[in-house]
Amino acid sequence: MGLMAIYAARSKQVAARMLGGEMMIMSPRDTTLFNLNDVGSVIWQSADGQTPLDEIVARLCAEFDVAPEVARQDAESFIQELAEHGILHVSDQPITAEPPRQEPA
Amino acid sequence: MSVLMEEMNRRALTLGIPLGAHLDVTYRCNERCVHCYLDHDDHGEMTTTEMKDVLDQLADAGTLFLTLSGGEVFMRMDFFEILRYARELSFCIKIKTNAFMIRGEEADLIRDMDVSSVQVSIYSHRPEVHDGITLLPRSLERSIAGIRLLQQRGVKVIIANVLMRENLADYEGVRALARSLGVESTIDPTITPKMDGDRSILDMGIAGKELRDIMHNADLVGNVDDFCATPPPVGDEDLDTVPCSASHTYCYISPYGDVFPCVQFPLPTGNVRKQKFLDIWRYSPQMNDVRSIRPRELPVCSTCSHIGTCTRCPGLAYMQGDMRGPSVQDCEKSYARTGIPSANMKLRFTATNGHPVAASEPASLVQIQLAHAC
Repeated sequence: MGLMAIYAARSKQVAARMLGGEMMIMSPRDTTLFNLNDVGSVIWQSADGQTPLDEIVARLCAEFDVAPEVARQDAESFIQELAEHGILHVSDQPITAEPPRQEPA
Repeated sequence: MSVLMEEMNRRALTLGIPLGAHLDVTYRCNERCVHCYLDHDDHGEMTTTEMKDVLDQLADAGTLFLTLSGGEVFMRMDFFEILRYARELSFCIKIKTNAFMIRGEEADLIRDMDVSSVQVSIYSHRPEVHDGITLLPRSLERSIAGIRLLQQRGVKVIIANVLMRENLADYEGVRALARSLGVESTIDPTITPKMDGDRSILDMGIAGKELRDIMHNADLVGNVDDFCATPPPVGDEDLDTVPCSASHTYCYISPYGDVFPCVQFPLPTGNVRKQKFLDIWRYSPQMNDVRSIRPRELPVCSTCSHIGTCTRCPGLAYMQGDMRGPSVQDCEKSYARTGIPSANMKLRFTATNGHPVAASEPASLVQIQLAHAC
């Protein structure tokens, strides 16, 4: 993803809840369940579409004992993976609206 | 159940979190099903504001899985406001409805709010039987129309069929109807006593040979040899396990704010109009009493060879007079599966000087899930 600004936004289609310090996320459409660890949970909760990834990485570095470059690389991979599952949206611009849903085939 | 789902349930159990909750938004209904356990009059339902407050509290308590049911949910004019609010709180939501009032606009909204699944009650593929149970003319036609609208929009629909004498001959027809509609289906021979304690509707349930036939139908239960096998020797784990999710990771809230351990367990534990939900969940003596139940302490069931495999429902036992006593329906179910009488049945046989009692009370409680649901 390079050095450009990155914004991530949680999909409004999912169901999610913190459980014992870890975020449980369910995609209602296919009932796929995701379990995020504490670091992933912070990224998830910060992914409001308005906060740049750099700022989220700074939060991670402040909260966990991790080098900024490592945190940035891991965070990028993480949000990309969640985006591939359709539970997070990623853009180089602030995200203000949920992308249109895909109609069933 | 997936490994991750099991882990989530285990974690919720350890942490004492009500991972699942069932909220009846109303007891009012447009149908008058002959087997229904509810009183359909409105005795003071929670307002929209109160409903939203309950949802806030459930979300704060950690509830993820929320069932919205009734009565008929669409009898509430504010149902979509409640549903929208619940989705904004990120609940995974299942709606139970008869779908009679679902038209295109309602189906669009349910799709747009990403409801996980919609369960629709269908009792027969024949209008004269289905409508004869709901006592609402054209209800089968309208319910099927509602299902089609949801299915066409990609909403997951599950047809739920309560088996009773009146519709026993039609379950294959309902399953075929579900297949033709492209939706899942479940069968449930459970008739629940009325909330006022009236047990007369249990007479509608299936029993004896009819129940045995259901239990031994491979199309319904899968591997009959496994499902109906003689129970293995009882071990310590069977005696010390948590019997069910009621009060451990699951609870029920009525339209009037009353909190119960389960939708099928009418033991009052508190009311959210008077107390905070978490105070009821954590500190209610009744909730903690249910929470303390372990099979080892049950006076009759702990001696039963079925204890490790029985689906004993403490709520049904409670409705029979003792939440630590046997649940006759589950005794009957174990007997129908295996042909082996439960400890309770043997006791009752002895108490009646050898006159069998197994068939004297309609058996009903078995839940057969035909397809995996959320």
